[in-house]
Amino acid sequence: MNKSYLSYNNIVSSLGFDSPTVVQNIHEGLSGITLIEDENLFPNPFYASVIDSDDLGKAFEKLRPNGDYTRLEQMMILSLDKIIKASGVELTDRVGLILSTTKGNVDTLDPKNPMPTERAYLGTLGHIIKNYFGFTTEPIVLSNACVSGILAISIAKRFISQGTFDQVFIVGGDIVSNFILSGFNSFQAMSPLPCKPYCKQRAGINIGEVAASVLVNKDDNNLAPEAVEVLGEASCNDANHISGPSRTGEGLYRSIISAFKEANVGPQDIDYISAHGTATIFNDEMEAIALNRLGLDAVPLNSLKGYFGHTLGASGLLETIVGMHSLYHNTLYSSKGFTELGVSQPLNIITATTVKNLNYFMKTASGFGGCNTAAVFKKVQS
Amino acid sequence: MKAQHLKIKEYCRISNNKVLLNDQLLYEDPGHDFTTFIKLAYKKMDTNYPKFFKMDDLSKLGFLASDILLKPTIQDSEMPNNIALVFSNSASSLPTDRKHQESIADKENYFPSPAVFVYTLPNICLGEISIKHRLYSENSFFIFNHFNAEYLHDYASSLIESEKADEVLCGWINCDVEDYEAFLYLVSTEGNIAHNKEEIIKLYTTK
Repeated sequence: MNKSYLSYNNIVSSLGFDSPTVVQNIHEGLSGITLIEDENLFPNPFYASVIDSDDLGKAFEKLRPNGDYTRLEQMMILSLDKIIKASGVELTDRVGLILSTTKGNVDTLDPKNPMPTERAYLGTLGHIIKNYFGFTTEPIVLSNACVSGILAISIAKRFISQGTFDQVFIVGGDIVSNFILSGFNSFQAMSPLPCKPYCKQRAGINIGEVAASVLVNKDDNNLAPEAVEVLGEASCNDANHISGPSRTGEGLYRSIISAFKEANVGPQDIDYISAHGTATIFNDEMEAIALNRLGLDAVPLNSLKGYFGHTLGASGLLETIVGMHSLYHNTLYSSKGFTELGVSQPLNIITATTVKNLNYFMKTASGFGGCNTAAVFKKVQS
Repeated sequence: MKAQHLKIKEYCRISNNKVLLNDQLLYEDPGHDFTTFIKLAYKKMDTNYPKFFKMDDLSKLGFLASDILLKPTIQDSEMPNNIALVFSNSASSLPTDRKHQESIADKENYFPSPAVFVYTLPNICLGEISIKHRLYSENSFFIFNHFNAEYLHDYASSLIESEKADEVLCGWINCDVEDYEAFLYLVSTEGNIAHNKEEIIKLYTTK
């Protein structure tokens, strides 16, 4: 079976437009979450992580694009452009393109949006990205709720091991829209303050927007210095409820067992867990239960939602990229927003950014529809 | 396990107000719109699952087609089955997205509902099927402009070969303004039809 490595990567976010800048800002404890007052997005002021539109426009103009592109398309193109150039990969029929998104250009459904509503078709978004760069293979768009970003990595690995592709570019992205804000608000899931994953005072999520991209490679030559190997991954459904997590964390528990089996590792091998940690009461509690069932309660863990908010279909990819840099810098980043444990089971939340030798990390995510994904990564020793 | 040994065990199609299992016509009702047709088909198939009526159209369509294929397998078995769900379409959840958008278009008449919003993700359909059939299995929902037999073939093969699934329920479930279409097939180590791109296209295009 072919191996898979995560190599060149980029993050376009409110904390910067490239991975090293973003990671440096996390190191310094900066959050991209701010109070937003914009009635076109939501009737009342709300906390979210939103990219500055002027900065985005200026950065995108430098690419000298022909034609009009939506906000999300600009973010995705900007992100992918950097890694395609950095990797020098030629876009042959052996190179795949995966887009990970929950809602794509959903803002174009709003009558006030100048773009045609046809732009809301996710296949159209895929083809816009494909055509911009000149990919020769059909784009694969994955829309699997909040596990999409990490599941996209699994899918790239599976297509590589099946021999469909030698290399896959993944770009994940979702934007802060009135569609998403009104929906999560109707669920009473929005935090009135910056979110506090796993904390006693947690009161729900903040929404955020990013585009993140990574090159998945079959070979271990010409890798980025922060590259990791995808050792094992799995995705299991809770078979319990469409909008609430399982009380026993069943799907997440099974996903981790299955990912460990493929990776041939055990709980003692994991140096760091990049968890989902949305800061809703039920999600964080479910994760604590699942991790305790597996004896992972002592492993250092963070949620990055306190820096970016919940970036939906991009979150798993974004957080995996930060995990790669965490391993590269041998640094555990503080779980922003956390002060006092507020789940029923013990967890080893990272409360201060610390240097530690790191070789393996696990990324997990869970989402609507009862889906869960876990993946184990290993540092590539240069 | 080699990909060339995999088979298509059974397939189901719901389109043009007909329900077909393999080549057999199970139900036909040309006179009604989708909402009425799918309700009548549900009754005719003896589905007996009241949660069905809370689902959006995409979930109803995917749920019913899956139920027809999975009911015999699942009823025979006491152990939970490891059947992965790999669905695809072109419209994602757009009909329900439009509904949610309408509910927030007017600030004076603002009524977003969690019962609608939850269905603005295509994979909710996979969750509904997983709950009904106790499937703690792999779920993936792909969006393609057109039915893509090659990607579905490679992905289903990889799930079985890497032992992530014993069988894969695969296919196309689409609902949009003008039309709807469901075509699902079960990839297995058993069956009489070879699991390859050509056979999948043949089954998909024979309507």
